Amino acid sequence: MKPSVTIIDYGAGNILSITKAFEHCGAKVNIADFSQMIKKAERLILPGVGAFEDGMLGLKKRGFIEPIKSFVDKGKPVMGICLGMQMLLEISEEFGTHKGLGFIPGKAVSLPKKDKNGESIKTPSIGWYKVYNINYKEAWENTILEGVSVESHFYFAHSFYAAPSKDEYRLANYNFNSHTITAVVRARLLYGCQFHPEKSGEAGLTVIRNFLNI
Amino acid sequence: MSNVRLIARLDIKGPNLVKGVQMEGLRVVGDIQKFAGQYYKDGIDEIIYIDVVASLYGRNSLTEIVKRTSQDVFIPIAVGGGIRTVEDVRTLLRAGADKVAINTASVKRPDLIRDVSRCFGSQCTVLSIQAKNCGECKWEVYTDNGREHTGVDVLEWAIRGVELGAGEILLTSVDREGTKKGFDIDLVNTVSNAVQVPVIACGGMGNMEHLLKVVQDGNADAVAMASVLHYSILNIKEINSFALKNNIDVRAL
Repeated sequence: MKPSVTIIDYGAGNILSITKAFEHCGAKVNIADFSQMIKKAERLILPGVGAFEDGMLGLKKRGFIEPIKSFVDKGKPVMGICLGMQMLLEISEEFGTHKGLGFIPGKAVSLPKKDKNGESIKTPSIGWYKVYNINYKEAWENTILEGVSVESHFYFAHSFYAAPSKDEYRLANYNFNSHTITAVVRARLLYGCQFHPEKSGEAGLTVIRNFLNI
Repeated sequence: MSNVRLIARLDIKGPNLVKGVQMEGLRVVGDIQKFAGQYYKDGIDEIIYIDVVASLYGRNSLTEIVKRTSQDVFIPIAVGGGIRTVEDVRTLLRAGADKVAINTASVKRPDLIRDVSRCFGSQCTVLSIQAKNCGECKWEVYTDNGREHTGVDVLEWAIRGVELGAGEILLTSVDREGTKKGFDIDLVNTVSNAVQVPVIACGGMGNMEHLLKVVQDGNADAVAMASVLHYSILNIKEINSFALKNNIDVRAL
């Protein structure tokens, strides 16, 4: 049987791109536009583009927050993408302070504006970057990054990033003008990718296939 | 130097990929999907679609084209041409676009940049500027695919656009576009140094040296190319390995 995945549609962004990438990897895709669909899901995708506050408001308005929480409590697989990753944290500092879903301790903060020599950095961070982890071979085994080469690049486009309060939640980082920026967070089967796996060519499709094998 | 993106720009008229010289005399090159699919396979970092007659006719035929591309092209797609409202943007994003490039409508109504950026984020909002040289280190903003002049200064408009929320600038030199004679380095350098967002240099790529120059001397954050790819003058793999050899930090293929 095909693995199935449910994408939460709360009015944000490119559901179609994510759908097509998962279908390409052999998944049956359901689009959840009302909250009851979440209960029946095998795996959840929390996408997101735009501002944090609007994203949380979109989830709230459609009654998605409680069903997502009970889904996570059951220990079922979830992947947040970009803003969807940042919403997994407790708080965001984007345009004021806003409450997130709170599955991962920590907050979403602004990308640094200066490099280590005090030179200005251009933001948003838009482009392809390698992801790394010092113990990547062991750390990435049996995760969505299994089999990903440390030379593989992923596509990032963001101004804020997830800063978990403990390193154990950081599965991978990337180097943004000499700053260490979180690329993937993880708490058991709950994952968040700052990059767009659906827009990162073959490397991204590998991550999607791994998620479908969980 | 941070990473540099290599971007294929595909101009669209109706169902066809077209290319002009200095934005005029458009010639049909071929089938859009075929070219986009090939560039994806060859390892391009990003695709830009511009509907070149959209603002002239007040329509946008891009939604269907973007939908088809996003079925099997898994890299970012930026889309421009004829975007007038936040709803236009929403439609394109839902069709698979990752960002939108706005030119004509934002010159007429600058708040469009602010609205789009508030709604979808600055990483999604590309200010597209068509620049024509009009004196020493002076450029004027053109709209409607290089047809209409506006009297607006490029540098001032770029700075204002970023203040309004643009997260990126697609900077096309009308003078160099389609000529394969190299980028307008002064233009790219002037704008890139004046704004704190990435600048995509566009217009003039004819050989590898042009790429080096626009990154090293022009401080381009990304380089868009069209003719050299459409007419198979260069291929993406060789551009990529040339860039790496010359210490330009591009995605290793």
